[in-house]
Amino acid sequence: MKAANSRTEDWLKVTPKGLYCEPGDFYVDPARPVARAVITHGHADHARPGHDAVLATPETLEIMKARYGDAAGRRHQPLAYGRTQDVGGVTVGFAPAGHVLGSAQAVLEWQGRRVVVSGDYKRRPDPTCAGFEVVPCDVFITEATFGLPVFRHPPDAEEVGKLLQARETFPERCLLVGAYALGKAQRLIGLLRAAGYDRPIYLHGALKKLTDLYETLGVPLGELRPVLGLAKAELKGEIVLAPPSALADRWSRRLPEPLTAMASGWMTVRQRARQRGAELPLVISDHADWDELTRTLEDVAASEVWVTHGNEEALVHYARGRGFAARALSLLGRGEEEQEGGDAAEAETPGEGAA
Amino acid sequence: MKPFAELLDRLVFTPARNGKLRHLAAYFEATPDPQRGYALAALTGALSFRAAKAGQVRALVESRVDPVLFRWSYDFVGDLAETVALIWPQRPGANRPPDLAEVVETLREAKRDEVPGLLEGWLDALDSDGRWALLKLITGGLRIGVSARLAKTGLAEWRGAELSEIEEIWHGLEPPYTELFAWLEGRAPKPEIDRRAVFHPLMLANPLEDGDLAKLSAEDYLAEWKWDGIRVQLAAGGGQARLFSRSGDEISHTFPDIVEAAGFDAVLDGELLVLREGEVAPFNDLQQRLNRKSVTAKLLDAHPAHLRLYDILHRGEDDLRPLSLAERRDVLEAWYRETLPQRMDLSPLVPFETWDDLAALRAEARQNGIEGLMLKRRDSAYQAGRPKGPWFKWKRDALLLDTVLMYAQRGHGKRSSFYSDYTFGTWRAGAEGEELVPVGKAYFGFTDEELKRLDKWVRDHTTERFGPVRAVAPGLVLEVAFDAVQRSKRHKSGLAMRFPRIHRIRWDKPAAEADRLESLEKLVEE
Repeated sequence: MKAANSRTEDWLKVTPKGLYCEPGDFYVDPARPVARAVITHGHADHARPGHDAVLATPETLEIMKARYGDAAGRRHQPLAYGRTQDVGGVTVGFAPAGHVLGSAQAVLEWQGRRVVVSGDYKRRPDPTCAGFEVVPCDVFITEATFGLPVFRHPPDAEEVGKLLQARETFPERCLLVGAYALGKAQRLIGLLRAAGYDRPIYLHGALKKLTDLYETLGVPLGELRPVLGLAKAELKGEIVLAPPSALADRWSRRLPEPLTAMASGWMTVRQRARQRGAELPLVISDHADWDELTRTLEDVAASEVWVTHGNEEALVHYARGRGFAARALSLLGRGEEEQEGGDAAEAETPGEGAA
Repeated sequence: MKPFAELLDRLVFTPARNGKLRHLAAYFEATPDPQRGYALAALTGALSFRAAKAGQVRALVESRVDPVLFRWSYDFVGDLAETVALIWPQRPGANRPPDLAEVVETLREAKRDEVPGLLEGWLDALDSDGRWALLKLITGGLRIGVSARLAKTGLAEWRGAELSEIEEIWHGLEPPYTELFAWLEGRAPKPEIDRRAVFHPLMLANPLEDGDLAKLSAEDYLAEWKWDGIRVQLAAGGGQARLFSRSGDEISHTFPDIVEAAGFDAVLDGELLVLREGEVAPFNDLQQRLNRKSVTAKLLDAHPAHLRLYDILHRGEDDLRPLSLAERRDVLEAWYRETLPQRMDLSPLVPFETWDDLAALRAEARQNGIEGLMLKRRDSAYQAGRPKGPWFKWKRDALLLDTVLMYAQRGHGKRSSFYSDYTFGTWRAGAEGEELVPVGKAYFGFTDEELKRLDKWVRDHTTERFGPVRAVAPGLVLEVAFDAVQRSKRHKSGLAMRFPRIHRIRWDKPAAEADRLESLEKLVEE
């Protein structure tokens, strides 16, 4: 990359509404309604309702429509992975981020400098979305949700194996798994299918809409059935997926002796898992773990690294030690609640802020 | 190590008592000797080996990972064993992982300076769950929500035995308890143990509730001061003596001065205190003696332990527990006159005629070492457990002070995502006008709902951050309750509160109207 004289922070700024690209006059994942928004993926802390023009991948736009209906933005501009679009002299493109269906890294080029806003990402394969693509750049803006070296997610197959094992140990119980509505639920289903589990999987009503959408968009998930209306006895030994907020809800009383599992990267820490009331913690995350984050810094080889939402300070410290110019970026709306485990936010808005 | 790690993991994640008991039983059933015996010993705190100090574990991990990243990780996770287990860099192709018996037996023989090297090798060989179990074990105190009693209950229920049968012989047995398992499995007779100097379950009191006194008649009761120490049982006989905590944990090694003074044949119930020239020292002094595996001569000298006796369960061969309290008291007094043991005295009876007399005495009782009064029915036999009615504790009223929240720290364990430890201060005149000076710290006394609101308040009013601690703007008044306040050189304010807790959160009260340091000064007991 040819480095221009201008500094990136002179044209790409942190404002109360979010990350603002001045020459293109647009925001990336803004926290409040704006005239022009570039959206990396459909989770509610990135894709908010009420924008005027929205530029995103076709899948992300579909997800926003499914969640927000008329409030999903007045004008939608779909942009597929690998294509680019000129926005006020700034070239905008999307590369797969591997986080959830349609998730993208926003690639911004202006005056010979390239900035990659990664949004949320992970590096390990996911049967329900396109894999992360390395885009070399001058400035890499990375998430740091799991930006501490205690987070090393185990192989997915091992975690799914624990769930299947528990099903054999407790044939009289129902396995109730808490999973976020967008991404985690569908991935978990995909992983179960990949492990050879071909029984019907039962869903809480709140998971239906997005799961249907995944299938419409070409992600096969096998036979899915609603829990609603089934007798207790019919659910013995079955796997039921529900948003995390429903686990301790009265809703779960309809299930036979549910064994509560929770699929999230936060399950790595025992005390957190206990706090969430998980009897079977499953470390399955849609965010990069520490090794993936640090490997990605080396892979994209940006001279500058900006770190946002999560444990910024630890990743900044690490990046500096590796010779990168690194700084923490404080973006409103994706601040501390995520770092702290997003407990409050997740509990109140099932399906948002997936971890 | 794997079966033990899995057991600990299941116990941690199983909230229900019955579920825990099932996991324990399944483990005892599936695991051979001596592994299960050592696991039982670990759960009941009966293992003794040269434990690794937290400092050694930290030094070890900091030699293998960036200390800065380690510290931040520790702040986040909130538990040393868990942080190290997770952050420890894998070394593929390391040695064969050790089993529990190997760890315990090796440590028992190890010299002090060999421990870190052993630990490092084991950490390299184990996976993250195994490392966690190893560190929990080796740093002492598993703290996984399973009491010694629950572990013994699991053992009893596994084979349908009576818990009391196990408790009776427990203190005569040693890990890995192969003869105990053999008996429970019907392969051998019940182990024979020396029946002297064993634990007898304690009789406990209920707190006196409003309106209780109206239903009781004063002449049926004896009153004693409620001493501010810890309740213990001293069991001596046949040349042996053992000191037990309320829950039956043996603490003899921590209080050799008391044990040495017990050259008699009796089982006594009393309060353990630190006493200097006949005066009860603040509870903090006793705290210096508690939870230590070994004690130095200096500590014994500076913090002499004392046993204040209020009941006698056995004298020689005689079991006195069926007698009435009044009869036992006579025996206790006679025994004391004959024996005159060192480091022990009798807790005097507090004479009174009416409840009003007693209420007046309680209101005046503000000297060190007294927490309130005990009321015990004269005719009460010594019954194990907490029977409702015969014994009451009547604590004196707490002192109250309106303070201002100054700092909040993230909690540990279940509360590691909440700012749940609060440092509060009172106003005083400073060089630049009114200033707050910290007077204490409290981390309980509020509900989970209040904790959520406090946590939010802290996040919204943060002025500075220091690692896990946040300074907040002076804007929230906490009404703090505490049992006493003492002078202290260690505190900036020169005062230290005893047993402070949050009594009420005064969301409504302006910070400027909170109390001043002088108000706290006036409450000091000289």
